Parts: sequence; C-alpha cells; structure tokens
Amino acid sequence: MPKENVAIKSENWRLNSHKDLNDLQKDIIESRDPNRLEVVVCHGTGCIANGSPKVSSAIRESLLGAGINVKLMPGIKTTGCHGFCSRGPLVIVRPHGFFYQRVTPKDAEEIVKKTLMEKQPVERLLYKNPKTGKTILTEKEIPFYSLQERIVLHNIGKVDPTDIKDSIASGGYQALAKALCSMSPEQVVKEVEKSGLRGRGGAGFPTGRKWRSALKAIEKKGYPAYVVVNGDEGDPGAFMDRTIMEGDPHAVLEGLIIGAYAIGAKQGYLYVRAEYPLAIKHLEIAMEQAREYGLLGENILNTGFSFDARINRGAGAFVCGESTALFTSIEGKAGNPRPKYVRSVEEGLWGKPTVLNNVETWANIPLVIEKGADWYSKIGVPKSTGTKVFSLVGKVNNVGLVEVPMGIPLVKIIEDIGGGVIGGENFKAVQTGGPSGGCIPYSLKDTPVDFDSLTKVGSMMGSGGMIVMDKHDCVVDIGRYFLRFLEEESCGKCIPCRLGLIRMRKILDGFSSGTGTKQDIDDLISLSQALQDGALCALGSSAPNPILTTLKYFNNEYLSHIENHKCPAGVCKELITYSINADKCTGCRSCARQCPKQCISGDKKKPHVINTENCIRCGICMETCKFEAVIVS
Amino acid sequence: MIKFKINDKEVQARSGWTVLETARQYGIEIPTLCFHESVASSGACRLCMVELREENWSKLVASCIYPVSEGINVYTETERVQNVRRWIFEMLLSECPSSKEVKEMAKKYGVFKTRFPVQNPNESCMLCGLCTRVCEEVVGLSAIATLDRGVHKKVGAPFLRPTEVCVACGCCVTICPTNAMRSRIDSVRSNTKMQLAKAA
Repeated sequence: MPKENVAIKSENWRLNSHKDLNDLQKDIIESRDPNRLEVVVCHGTGCIANGSPKVSSAIRESLLGAGINVKLMPGIKTTGCHGFCSRGPLVIVRPHGFFYQRVTPKDAEEIVKKTLMEKQPVERLLYKNPKTGKTILTEKEIPFYSLQERIVLHNIGKVDPTDIKDSIASGGYQALAKALCSMSPEQVVKEVEKSGLRGRGGAGFPTGRKWRSALKAIEKKGYPAYVVVNGDEGDPGAFMDRTIMEGDPHAVLEGLIIGAYAIGAKQGYLYVRAEYPLAIKHLEIAMEQAREYGLLGENILNTGFSFDARINRGAGAFVCGESTALFTSIEGKAGNPRPKYVRSVEEGLWGKPTVLNNVETWANIPLVIEKGADWYSKIGVPKSTGTKVFSLVGKVNNVGLVEVPMGIPLVKIIEDIGGGVIGGENFKAVQTGGPSGGCIPYSLKDTPVDFDSLTKVGSMMGSGGMIVMDKHDCVVDIGRYFLRFLEEESCGKCIPCRLGLIRMRKILDGFSSGTGTKQDIDDLISLSQALQDGALCALGSSAPNPILTTLKYFNNEYLSHIENHKCPAGVCKELITYSINADKCTGCRSCARQCPKQCISGDKKKPHVINTENCIRCGICMETCKFEAVIVS
Repeated sequence: MIKFKINDKEVQARSGWTVLETARQYGIEIPTLCFHESVASSGACRLCMVELREENWSKLVASCIYPVSEGINVYTETERVQNVRRWIFEMLLSECPSSKEVKEMAKKYGVFKTRFPVQNPNESCMLCGLCTRVCEEVVGLSAIATLDRGVHKKVGAPFLRPTEVCVACGCCVTICPTNAMRSRIDSVRSNTKMQLAKAA
C-alpha cells in the first residue's frame, strides 16, 4: 500500500455520524483561504505523458526561487484529467481561473512572475478560439467546456485525487452519509430505479432493475452477495473510466459502498486493468484513506453497516470486461465467459448473487442519492437519463474527454465541443461504442446520442468511445483494424468467434488487396449473421457491427474496392499509386532524399517522377512534401 | 413436469433439464461436438443452437446449456439455426480437415466442402475442450488445459511441457470426439524418474 500520501494514522480521524462528516467538511473549508493562489496542474495520464510533472516541478522551483513576498505561499495542486487532452499539459491558476494550455517547463518562470506576483495573465499561453480568433481567459468561457454538462466529472480537475479531505470539502461522501443515516436499503434501490439510470458499460441495462433482481435473488439464495466495479476498460481510444478512477476515485468508491448497502453486500471488488497503474494507485490511496475516516470497513459512520472492498488487477485481456469472464478472472481462472442463461445477478461471482456495474455507473450513484432521482431524471431524455462521458478521439480538433447530457445531437458534440474535423471539412463517419459499435455517417449527424437512438442506427452507446473519421479514413481498413483487434482478443472458447472473426478479417483483407468479389460481400453478411446469432458472449455477437454498418452506409466504398480496385480514401496500400503533380513540384529533392526505396528521380528545380514499380507506398514522400505536390490515387 | 414445445410438438421435461436433453429424450436430432454426458456442458461448439420464438421476438440459444421452462417454443431447424451451423461446419472443415467425424457430421447437415483454405491438413483438434473438462471434473487432476487465447488457443499441459501430473488414464483420449488427443497424449505425459534412468 502506498503510504506517502496517507495522513498520520489516528483513531481521531474516524467519523461517527453524518454530523461528524458535515463538521469536518466545514472545518476544511474554513481552514482554507478562498483567496489563496493555487496553481492547478493536470496530472492525468495524457498530460503526464506530455510532461506535466516537469511543469509542476518547474513551477515549484521558480516559486521557491522567486522569493514571493506575499503572506500566503501559493499552493500547487495536481489533479486528474481536465479533459482537454489535445491542449495538454494544462495549468489553471485559481482563484482567477486563468487557463493555460500547452505549458512547458520553460513557461514556469513567466507564470510565476506574471500571474502569481503581478496577477496578470500570460497572453501567449491562453487558449485562442480558432473560429473567432479571440483569446479566452478562463476555463468556463472556452466552448469545449462551456457546452458540456459536467456532473460526473465535476470534481475532476478540481480536487487532488490523493487527498480525501479535498473530496470531502467538495461534498464527497455526503450521499453515502445520507443513504446510511437516513435511508433504508429499499429506499436507496427505489431512488436508483426512479432515476432511470442505465448501465454505462455498454448494454444500458437499467441499474435499478439490476439491483432489484439482485435483491430477489438474495431472497431466494441468501447471502453472501457481492458488488463489483468493472474497470476493465479496453476499447481502443476510450479512457472515460480511467479518468474517473484517476481523478475522482472517491466517487467510485462512494457509489460502490451505497450499492453494497442497498443489497446488503459485505464485500466488493474493483476489477481494474493492470495497464492503468495510476488509477490503481489512486484507488488504493482512496480506499486506505476512506478506511481511516471510517467510511469503509467495519461499522461505517457508526451505523452498524460493514463493508470492505479490494482491488483485482486484470491481466490485459479485453474479454475480461465481459461480466462473466470478469468473474472467472476474479475467481482465479482463465478469463473465459460463461453462458449467461442464468443472469449474473443470480449466479455471479463464485455462483453468488452479484451486482456488477461499470465505473461510470457507480460514479453516478452518489449524484442520484444526494440530489435525488427527480433532479437526475430531468437531465437527458426520458429513456436515457443523466449524462454520458465520451472520449472524443480521432480526426477532431479538440481531442479529449467530454460529458454531455443524453440525447444531444451527435453533430453538436463533434462540431461545437470537438471543434470540428481537422482541416475544416465535414466528418465522414463516427465510430461509437468501440470495436463492437457501428459507424454513423455524416448524413445521420443529427442522431440524438442516447441508448435507443444509437441502437436504431445500427451502432451502440458502448462504454463511450467516439472515434471521428474524415475522408482519409477507409471503411474497409477500419473494419480490418477492429476485426484484427477482436480476433486477437477473442478468448477462443466458442467456434464462431474464434474462427469466424479471422475469416471475416481475411475477406476484408481480400477487399483491400483488390481480390475481393461481390460474393464475398454476401458471405460477409451471412457470416456476420452467424456470429451475431451463434457467438457465446457479446464480444463475438457484437463484433460484426462495424462491418454491417459500414456495408449499409458506405456500400459504394466497398464496391469501389471490388469493382474498380480503387480505395477512394487512399489507404489500402495495394490499390493506390503515388504520383507527383508536375505543376506543384518545385524540385526541392526532399522527397527523393527521404524515399526508402530511392524510387523518386528528377533533377534539382525540375519536377520529379515516382517510379511506381519500386514504390512500396509508404507515403513518406507525401508527408515530406511541403507543396502538396505528391498525390495519391 | 415442465411442458413446452419443440418444433411445434408438445414435450415434457423434468425441472433442471436442458433443451438438448429433452430433445434427445424425444429422438429429435440436434448436432453436438462439445457435449458429453459425463462432464458439465460448456456451450463452446455452438452447433446445438436452437431458436426460441415468441410472438414478437426470437433468439438463438445453445440447447446444451439452456434450461427448460414452461411454455417455450423451440425450433431446431430454422433458417437462422442452419446458417450458424453451416458456417461452423465450413470453418471446421478448413480448421481441422483430418477429422473424419467432423466431415461425416458436416455431410449429414449438407456441408460437403469449405470455401476457406485448409490451414493444416493434419489437424483434427477443434478445441471443444472436452479433454480438459474430463481431466478436471472426472479425473480431478487438470493435467491439461487450454492455453493462450483466440486463434492461438491450444490444448496441452502447462507451458506445453510434459507433466508428471498426468497419470496416463486415457480419459481425454476416450472422450475426444475427433480422435485428436490420441496423437497428443504422448506430449503430455512425462515420467521424470524414467527419463533420468534413461539418461543415466
């Protein structure tokens, strides 16, 4: 257990009632000077990779070196991901709220001098709205943030995830105290049912109904029962759950304890993939601190309710995000899914009644309990209430994490919040729901983003990945990518999934190498049907979704691969040729120098020619050329 | 007794029975490869898929593990069922082409050849997992298991090294529906003492 961040152990920390918690919250808030300068540095995994730890230590050093003559030393706070990942590392100076983006260690001195000492913003680090060209001072005014509705993420970017006091000060564990001290388990379940909250892991099963059937199963089979957090987020390009676990671990924990109280579970598990070391570290710290404050473990808040949880690390199998595979993995066996004709609320972990919910679902529970089901169900649309966190990635300007109310049109997320596609054109398609989701074309851009509408267009909500594609993305290539991913990640237990995925991928390989036939398309559809019907778990049965949706919406692109042996997006290597536009070529020779096969010839200051016979279509010449003279056809 | 219908025919089953057990009781044929009475069903081969139909919905379930319930309507030869079956047979013909049993069963259901290229002409294992289940459940040793995942999955002793845990009882060989285990058992069984004696 990491100890460095844990406060001194003392029995006095224990909170024994709701009042104790309120008093502590008040004490913490009162002990803080609201005018104290605070430098908030984003320490999400993305920003860390971008060098934010160096930024924070540079700021610390320049602070010490500057010899500030103010009464109160400015504090440096490291928080979870702010969401605006494409602009990282991010630094916010409170209380003014100056929002600095793409900060490097070199900028530290200027920030300290100008902002902390003179209270002036550093102009060049501020965000500039690319559409209006206006410089924006604070986070709230940036369209990326102002158009979002951050309720699940409300603490992330504000609190230090390794300090429970910070969480408590901003209202953490209030919902738990409310549930434990003034609500019966039945009331808690009713409230969750009433809120209309649906599971955020993909299928969108109503959480309240799940809890209710768990209670029924417990009535029949008796205790023990378990609550489990599914933190095995594996979709390519998705990082919602990671961010929540890293940035606000207490919210997940609080939700889990409330869920345990509702069904009477004594033991919980957090299944987090080992590739998320920071999330695991922060959850471990959070649990340790919660135990010290009497919010986890024996006799929580002196109400007589005891519950403890532990973290299980996943070993990197995508399929372990499937509920039954996750259970077998926790049980210590190979992560193979079990047939689910008896639902896991009845026969889950070790064959006992189990409530398994996604990280984001658990993080929603405190909101439902604290603010009430009526408040919650007003957000979003009637059958999909609340908000959803999406990781917006791909060819979009503002890559990052966004939280929007359910039912918002797709185009609004991409154009308004995401800032549109890089290069300013319309997006070609959006892949929602990860490898099991579907591609939504631009023509359906007004599709409301909620569970049922996405299913209607052949895609799914999934866990919230949103990959934006532009005209340089080939649908056949995308299909190949996802099938290859799933083929590697299939557990191999059932035949349709183990053998079917590789067969489907080989058919697509044929398209991209120009050997496909029209018969192959029919085969692909029929085989997809067999997978949807026959596969044992959702990995196999939802795997054909990207293929079927692209076949539906981009049929012409498939036909062009088959009939004309052309890849319109210029991606499939065997169907494209590179050539040089003589009008644009200046004869600088830089492409010829870079060409690994040395198949570009031509004298200086004269148009060059590519020898297509030797060309391996690596595309380096196109990337090198500054005059856009290299064309692909 | 639980009453329901298979192919529009009234059938009766005891509670706890599966659809497959009931169907076999009534002589209704459903093909299976990974099913065996002496071990727990795993629903891996997906050949035993049947369609459940209600007025406004239908779904496919694996009959070897689907528990019977009152009033369900089971169909064993619908188009969707046949589609799944046909593709599985075609894929098996290319994946384990040397198995006579698979070939014969495929023929019975109208699949004579495969459109896929044959991978390894000598392969007969289709990874149904019966051998590993019998070793775990009946023999109680778990000397063999499935290793790796997805397309790389195979059956063998841990790390594919001969193991002393194996007592060479031959259960896995007997239960194997395609005789694939017959050629593999030698790579599982090991006797260190004997090997040491040989080396000396």
